[in-house]
Order: sequence, then C-alpha cells, then structure tokens
Amino acid sequence: MALTSSKPATKVLWGELEEDDGEDLDFLLPPKHVIGPDQNGIKKVIEYKFNDEGNKVKITTTTRIRKLANARVSKRAIERRSWLKFGDAVHEDVGSRLTMVSTEEIVLERPKPLGSKAEDPKASGDPLAQFQKGAVLMVCRTCGKKGDHWTSKCPYKDLAVPSEGFVDKPPTSDAAAAAPGSTKGAYVPPGMRAGAERTGSDMRRRNDENSVRVTNLSEDTREPDLLELFRPFGAVSRVYVAIDQKTSTSRGFGFVNFVNREEAQRAINKLNGYGYDSLILRVEWATPRTT
Amino acid sequence: MRPILMKGHERPLTFLKYNNDGDLLFSCAKDHNPTVWFADNGERLGTYRGHNGAVWCCDVSRDSGRLITGSADQTVKLWNVQTGQQLFTFNFDSPARSVDFSVGDKLAVITSDPFMELTSAIHVKRIARDPADQTGESVLVLKGPQGRINRAVWGPLNRTIISGGEDAVIRIWDAETGKLLQESDKESGHKKTITSLVKSADGSHFLSGSLDKSARLWDTRTLTLIKTYVTERPVNAVAMSPLLDHVVLGGGQDASAVTTTDHRAGKFEAKFYDKILQEEIGGVKGHFGPINALAFNPDGKSFSSGGEDGYVRLHHFDQDYFNIKL
Repeated sequence: MALTSSKPATKVLWGELEEDDGEDLDFLLPPKHVIGPDQNGIKKVIEYKFNDEGNKVKITTTTRIRKLANARVSKRAIERRSWLKFGDAVHEDVGSRLTMVSTEEIVLERPKPLGSKAEDPKASGDPLAQFQKGAVLMVCRTCGKKGDHWTSKCPYKDLAVPSEGFVDKPPTSDAAAAAPGSTKGAYVPPGMRAGAERTGSDMRRRNDENSVRVTNLSEDTREPDLLELFRPFGAVSRVYVAIDQKTSTSRGFGFVNFVNREEAQRAINKLNGYGYDSLILRVEWATPRTT
Repeated sequence: MRPILMKGHERPLTFLKYNNDGDLLFSCAKDHNPTVWFADNGERLGTYRGHNGAVWCCDVSRDSGRLITGSADQTVKLWNVQTGQQLFTFNFDSPARSVDFSVGDKLAVITSDPFMELTSAIHVKRIARDPADQTGESVLVLKGPQGRINRAVWGPLNRTIISGGEDAVIRIWDAETGKLLQESDKESGHKKTITSLVKSADGSHFLSGSLDKSARLWDTRTLTLIKTYVTERPVNAVAMSPLLDHVVLGGGQDASAVTTTDHRAGKFEAKFYDKILQEEIGGVKGHFGPINALAFNPDGKSFSSGGEDGYVRLHHFDQDYFNIKL
C-alpha cells in the first residue's frame, strides 16, 4: 500500500487492485469519532474500517489517560527539556529502568480514617454502656464505623488497605487510651507491651499478690471445690491445687488468689482452722518464693 | 498517588533540591555523583562527576545555571548545570556539610565539619559571575558553635546567616560583620542535634528538624518559636509546602536499629502536619529506611523524598490532597 500511495499516478497493478478498491471506498465510511476523555480519563475512539473480506468493521478503542503532572509554562523549563544528557546519563540504555513508576498506589494516610469523625465523641464513652443501650458491637476495622457494617462489607475497603496489620494509631480515640498490648491481632514486641518497664521479678510478685496458701487439704479436694469454698469471700482470680505428677493425687495444699487484699484477709480469718472434709484447714498468706 | 521511583544512587540519599522553576530536581547521596532529574517524569538528565566522597548538600542558582555541591572529600564544587562541567573547586581542610546560595547568587555560605582538631566553621564565599574570575577566598569565616553545623542558610536580604547543628542551638549571625546576633534559648529550643533547616517560600519563617523527635517553626527576624510539631521518631528532614499550610517531616528509626524491628515499626514515612494547627494530616509511606531528604516542588503540587534505601520517590499529589480538611 505504501508503494502505491507514494506514486499514485502510475498504472494500477492488478495484484493490488483489490486493496486499492478498498482504499477508494474509505470515503463511504463514517468519520473517526473521539469521545472524551471524561473526568475518569476514559477516552473512546470509534473508527470504521473494511476488513480483509471487505466487510465494514467498527473498531472501538478505549484508553485511559492518566495525567501525572500539570504541564509547565516556563519557557526556560521547556528549553531545559531539550538539554542533552550528560555524565552517567549519556550511556543510559532504555532497559536500565532507573526511573520507575511505583506499582503500588500510595495514599496519604490519614491518622483518623475519613468518615469516622462524627462517631468519635460517641466512641470515647464506655464501650459497655453502648452495648447495654442495645447497639450491636459491630465495628468496622477498616473505617472505624460502628454498627453500620462489618469489616468485610466496608465500602471504604480499598481506600484503607494499608492500615491493616500494624495498627499504630487506633481508629477510635477510646482505643488510644487502652494499652497497646490489648489491641487484638497485631503482634506487639514484649518490650513495647504494657508494663514492659517491669522486671521479671516484679511480675512474679504481681502474681503472688493477694495469694493465700491453703494446707492440710484432703486428697479428694480439687480446684472447683476450693473455688466453691473461697468464692463467698470475694472475687477469686486463680485457684491452684498441687497435684503429684506420678500418683496424680492431691499433695494436700493449694493456692487461692484474690482480686482484693481485704477479701483475702477475710477469707484467712474465717477459714483458718475451719474443718473441711474431716481435716482442719490451715489458711495463711502465701510467702513469696525465696528462689 | 503513584510515586515515581528513581534509583540513580547506590548509597543513601543526603539532600534534595528543586530549582526555582521546579522542573529540575537535584539529588545528593553518599555515592559521589550528584544527579539531576526532570521533576515531572523523573527522567535522569545527568550526573555531576568529580567528587571523591559523600556529597552532603547542594544548591542551585535562581537561573538554574550554576550548581554548588558540598562534599565529604573536603571540597565544594561549582558546576555548570546544563553540561555537568566542573567550574571551580573550593578546597577546605574538613568535610563540607552544607551550602546555600544567597539571594542574587553572588555569595554562598558553606559550613565545614570539625575534623582533625579543626573546629567547625561557617564560610562565606563570593561567587563570581564569570567562573574564570572565581577565587577561593573566604569573605567571612564564623567560628564558635561546638560540633557539626548541619545547616546554614541566608536570612532576609542576605543580612543574616541562620545556622543549626549538633549543639541543638539555632544561631543568627550578621552576614557582614560575623557577629552573633541571636541564639535560641535552651527551654524553647531543640534538645538534640538539629538535622535540617528550611526557609519558607517568602523567607519570613523557617522550620528546623531535630533528632529530639520534633520540628520547630521560628520567626526569621526575631527568632521566636512559633510552632512545634512532635512526632515519634527522630526527624532527619523537613519541608514546607509553598502552596498550602502544610509541613512535612521525614525521618524514622535510626538506620542502625532498623533490623531489630518490623519495617512498619520504623515509621519511614513522610508525615504531613498542618502548619498552624500542628495536627497531623497524614503520612506517605514507601521507603525502606529512614528518610534523609525532603523537598517540595516550588509549585506545591509535588514533593520528593530521599531515603537511606537509596531511592528518590517523587510524588505528584492527587486532587484530593488539595481538598483535605482537618
């Protein structure tokens, strides 16, 4: 075709006759039509052509135009555009790929997700109070909205993808007050957990706090029995009965931890010397382990 | 936004600078070749070959004709921006840390590090219009501050020089006589090394970033503290938007400690703050190491960050950035 178009005046070769016929018919086709680009950058080009069999074909090409930067107006800048490359840039081959457009869409991550602001004052209240009001504890982890939708149904899901995983700024202000160790799911290194300043021996003491030792228990006494015995005095956080590993029978002593010290003291006063299962109990403060 | 990644440097970035029209971006790194890029598409225009050490800082003249670079090879070099040709070399006895052209490009302020019993110093050099007439003599040498002076810039009308460095004190010097005019006081000032200092577009105020995990905004004339921006990590670089009331802080966990934690814990983000409300607007992630350099395009529509990872990331803002409300 290029050949014929370069010298159109020459005698028509029979071999190219068919193609030329097609070319001549081009004026019959509707003109090229361009739609857009619209606000999404979608541009449509509609062309009409004859295919090899001489049928009319409509070709629609849809392209998306991305505007990366606004065009500059400075004349000097335009002039600089045509500057020759120098230094190491001279021998740059096309494949060197020094400059790449990120494959990852990076968003300006807001500390508070969009649309969560209206809920904030409500969220700062007691979460349990909300529960009692009858509100569902349905909190979207993506956008922080409460009672609206589940995380998987979040309409802002793809907007806020990077915020999952390492939650640094919890989306609601009440979560900010909670210790970082209490955030579910995300791993928090031991050094950053709540109470990380405490040393190991301090932590053990915390465990032994309000701990009551019970000795001279009968062999049949199990932890539920002990819990039943001590619960009337107050909230019990731990009950433990020492079991012999070989015989799997009770070794006759155990520990009970109370939440409050006063309640523990009351239990000691009441139960020390109390006859339980035909044995006289001995109840006293547990002394911290010396080792 | 989809940032443009520029991998022209093999070592950590140290400094970024846009020219006045905002079409060229100059990057300095610890490898020896400062590089110039087209700021719109990130194409490399050229490299300036000749330094023999890490390049710490650069500045470009207003007409984008001259580039000045300060390097750890104890030299400061003047370059032809277009051809990459070396025009002049200032020799020092210690590494040059910071360079800044004055208004009018007739003077340049250069800071040199303490080295081999030499104390740090601020030098003022005259820049000749014709490179053939250029001499290496200092017009003025200022000494006094302890430790490195990480940044020295010109004050309004070239009357003053503002400096900040390892002693965490911001000083304003008389550029004529070399007299120390003002010092930031200990209470309101930074507590640790000042790593960066950048002037606003009109020069009326400036922002300093410090390893004490904060950046502070100061009045250029009175040296009064205007605002403080507090972050969670040491601040290595700061930038101010010329368009909106935004400041950007870059930094992150110390490079020597990054292997001990998850990469997300390092906070290698460019943090945007509202300049007036001092509130965080958001963060831009992407670097695999602390951010060492930040620069805003003079049109305020894009910014670039350079990291310890050797990448320059050029961000053209999406439309919604301009509509952000706190």
